[in-house]
Amino acid sequence: MRVYHFSEQPYPDAWLPGQDLRVTLANKHCDPQVAADLYHRYQDEWMLADELGFDIMVNEHHATSTCLSSVAAVTLSILARITKKARLLALGYPLANRTDPLRAAEELAMIDVISRGRLDMGFVKGVPYEVAAADSHPTGMMDRLWEAHDFILKAMTHQDGPFAWRSDNYEYRAVNIWPRPWQQPHPPVWITATSLPSAAPIAQRGHVLATFLGGYKTRELFDAYRTAYRETWQRDAAPDRLAYLALMAVADTEEEALIRAEKVAGYLRTIARVPEPYRNPPGYGSVADNVRALRAGGQRPGMVLPSGRTIQPITAPCTDLIEAGIMFAGTPDQVHDQIVRFNAAMGGIGNLIVMGQGGPLSHEETVDSLTLFGTKVLPRLKTLDATVATAVA
Amino acid sequence: MVSVSQSSSNEPEVRRIAGCDVEISEAGSGRPILFLHPMIGLQGAEPVLAALAAHGRVVAPSHPGFGRSARPAGCDTVDDLAFFYLDLMDELDLREAVLVGCDIGGWIAAEIATRSTARIAGMVLSGATGIRVGDRDTQDLADIFALPKAEVDRLSFHDPAHAALDIAAMSDAEVTALARNREATALYGWSPYMHNPKLRQRLHRIAVPALVLWGAQDGLAPPAYGRAYAEALPKGRYDAIENSGHYPHIEQPAAFAARIGAFLEATGLSGRATTSNVRSRG
Repeated sequence: MRVYHFSEQPYPDAWLPGQDLRVTLANKHCDPQVAADLYHRYQDEWMLADELGFDIMVNEHHATSTCLSSVAAVTLSILARITKKARLLALGYPLANRTDPLRAAEELAMIDVISRGRLDMGFVKGVPYEVAAADSHPTGMMDRLWEAHDFILKAMTHQDGPFAWRSDNYEYRAVNIWPRPWQQPHPPVWITATSLPSAAPIAQRGHVLATFLGGYKTRELFDAYRTAYRETWQRDAAPDRLAYLALMAVADTEEEALIRAEKVAGYLRTIARVPEPYRNPPGYGSVADNVRALRAGGQRPGMVLPSGRTIQPITAPCTDLIEAGIMFAGTPDQVHDQIVRFNAAMGGIGNLIVMGQGGPLSHEETVDSLTLFGTKVLPRLKTLDATVATAVA
Repeated sequence: MVSVSQSSSNEPEVRRIAGCDVEISEAGSGRPILFLHPMIGLQGAEPVLAALAAHGRVVAPSHPGFGRSARPAGCDTVDDLAFFYLDLMDELDLREAVLVGCDIGGWIAAEIATRSTARIAGMVLSGATGIRVGDRDTQDLADIFALPKAEVDRLSFHDPAHAALDIAAMSDAEVTALARNREATALYGWSPYMHNPKLRQRLHRIAVPALVLWGAQDGLAPPAYGRAYAEALPKGRYDAIENSGHYPHIEQPAAFAARIGAFLEATGLSGRATTSNVRSRG
């Protein structure tokens, strides 16, 4: 199992009480000197993660204090030079919220070359509340995601001079990217999914399916992927085709770990602080989804635990989040056991993404948590694939 | 789906017209009045359709993608809707028709008429979107996609009671229509927001009489925007209906129909069209 360390690069000093934190939070609340210090410390933490044997995940969000990374390519470009061994996962590039996949292909190819072939390309459509910030169109997003995907892979693999591309979504006269990517034929592709029908298109292309914070019911999604993969490729999907993201906090004592865990969970606590008009732009979800939402009147369905109990992850205590498989937190041994149990329940996953820094978790706490995980948990997980591979359906 | 019903009642049915399965209702007889609904669809339009039927044959479709109307592949701009309605008027053989367009329906009416008025004798634009009036720092229209629903409701209606929807009491088909209307509005009007940058410079082509009939308390498209529309139309005249927001056809259906009746009278368009209308069904 590979483990990626992820931070959204939050600016928690501007998590102002009672205010929405996305789209509309005025940037007068951003002190550029504080932001510079934050960027530097998060980069330092990724350098430490690199030394400890983690891989690295970077994302981007827009117009928000929850995530200072508004351009994933900038963070990745820096990490491509200052880290040595870690895979560099962009998860993701919000392709349906970007208007120019040619530019995305150029950025990704440069990062892959500068890092000497360490890039993983995570493609996502983009979150609903950033359709406005990106000024993209909320309808047709899956169509644009897959077309941009096709375009980027063609741009990366076409080596014989310019080609033209003309469709309703994108029009290019002469595509001929320099440099071409280091990894051949192109860097690995990861795609995110949460709903079962989303799994098959990813499996049919042989890409990595990544999913976030879904808890134990994620097994259904992974099995949908495995089924479609087997039908397409006449062989079982290797565990490295699957990735799962959870929150993480480790400390020498369980008590201290839970204090850190609640800080990391600040990510979850703030996730819904989105102004109403931007939560569900028309066309982002299907008509059927919107009929259900209209009927539900804004009620969140909650998450059912293996015990049958239902929780609301946004407000649930960390002990519930651990039980749900949304968070791995405790002493190194406890965290190891939580991950082993979750991995077995999932039928074996090759990639674990941990949010090792979230919310107001300080640099010192993050360094200690990452170091404990890196020295006392990670070495034992490296061999986990082999032990569960036989359990894969 | 093809219906051969000859009923003249107001009940909408789904018929295949111009290559699209269209939800459409008809009432009355005489001069064709093609009613082009706003972004909220035909919701709340029954009284005004009945009142307009006193002045002619009211034909009220749901635009492709709205209500129960299908959306053909490739139909994703107001430009496409304009051509769809040119085809529909041909297929239904509507002659010397009066277009009555509300909100996005007004935008569609203007787009149709800039292309051809061969089947159009007059036009009524109510709360019509579609043109750009202000400069780059000025929003002509309130951005419904950037405002909370309560604020959109407040700007839409003089009497907010008209905005109330009892979702629990609605059928699945009605809730589905709500969701489809919202999605189709975004499809056609997200960007450029509710307008065609070229439309205003083309309005000079519309030589037929045009009544620009605005809700005096319209908070989504302010009356000044309606006046700019009237000024850009060669035979445009602005009129306002009191105690109404963006949807006077819903808030003041009797006054709305009466003003249109007076407009038809004043422009010599009242009564039956000069050529008999042949109903073409299915």
